[in-house]
Amino acid sequence: MRINGVDRPAPSDARRLLSDHLRHELGLTGTHVGCEHGVCGCCTVLLDGAPVRSCLMLAVQAEGHDVTTVEGLARDGAPLHPVQQAFHECHALQCGFCTPGFVMSVVGLLAQHPHPSAQEIEEGIAGNLCRCTGYASIRRAVTRSVELLK
Amino acid sequence: MKPPPFEHHEPTTIEETCSLLGSLEDAKVLAGGQSLIPLLNFRLARPRHLVDINRVSGVDRIYERDGGVAVQAMVRQAAVEDSDLVARICPLLGVAVRLVAHRVIRNRGTVCGSLAHADPASELPAVLLALGGHAVARSTRGERTIPADQLFSGLFETTLAPDEMVVEAWFPASGRPFAILEESRRHGDFALAGVVRADARLALFGVASTPVMADPRDPTLGLQPGGDLEASADFRLHLVRVLTEKAFAA
Repeated sequence: MRINGVDRPAPSDARRLLSDHLRHELGLTGTHVGCEHGVCGCCTVLLDGAPVRSCLMLAVQAEGHDVTTVEGLARDGAPLHPVQQAFHECHALQCGFCTPGFVMSVVGLLAQHPHPSAQEIEEGIAGNLCRCTGYASIRRAVTRSVELLK
Repeated sequence: MKPPPFEHHEPTTIEETCSLLGSLEDAKVLAGGQSLIPLLNFRLARPRHLVDINRVSGVDRIYERDGGVAVQAMVRQAAVEDSDLVARICPLLGVAVRLVAHRVIRNRGTVCGSLAHADPASELPAVLLALGGHAVARSTRGERTIPADQLFSGLFETTLAPDEMVVEAWFPASGRPFAILEESRRHGDFALAGVVRADARLALFGVASTPVMADPRDPTLGLQPGGDLEASADFRLHLVRVLTEKAFAA
């Protein structure tokens, strides 16, 4: 499987979830793990460009596919990805636990709808939970992302 | 390791899948995994074998058949959502699938998987029932068609045999008017109660152990929904009456 553009071996145990494989085997701890049943959205990654829950996939199922995690959006020292920059500018995070999931969902949303309507933005982030209740600024960050991506 | 121990099988053809299901003891089909993997993570399900059909070729088509739409085993819900064919022939299915969880879940979840999982509060089984569609089940013993009104037999239970897999679901064209309305606590949650109208036919979900057909003039007749922390039985009956009225007002 290719993870952030680098070929990586699959785990030997098929029981290993993709989320745990990323964190424990590959040290990519940017992918957070919250509920482990697909509700919170913290573990969202891109699979062949589309956002999916990495806690609801076996790592071996990613074999032959491209996975992008939050670490893959901007290399260390490089400018932030436009969606990351927008979250920074709009203060769209407080504790930051949910942020990688939100960022990956928004990257996926904007790939599907480059100019999302207000409703598409709401629906696009509805699958991610933020317990610091920062949804208003997250919504603003999505709008700002659209501007930065132009 | 969150999931309990299992042996993972990755067949590449339908024939291989059926022969695995026919020979293995306590095997479960893994398609999109958006219901099965949570059950494994919480160890509520402990199948000895997972027959993963994600690498089976030739089962990801949506096509027109007998005046309706056939959706093959590995068609993701997102593909149905984006399908022009579904929008043209069975717009009810296209509208209903958008109520299933969130896009991120629909990128993995499959239509046939939702039917086989048979959650009584999920939308797609009720849509199949309201439209009078069917599932096509395959095993080494052959292929059979299971009409929707014979498919759902109980809470998370279907009449599929342990060695059978759903290879295709067939949704008849949705005539007009149609509607699907539901009430849930949060956007994307399972419904507390929901109704599907397909012309003069009405199916309910979230109010019995399976989706059920009902009389639009008296939709709660004989209905005994359960009550829980989310909604009392009376509230569910109330929702059925209100949602039915709205669905038939159009």
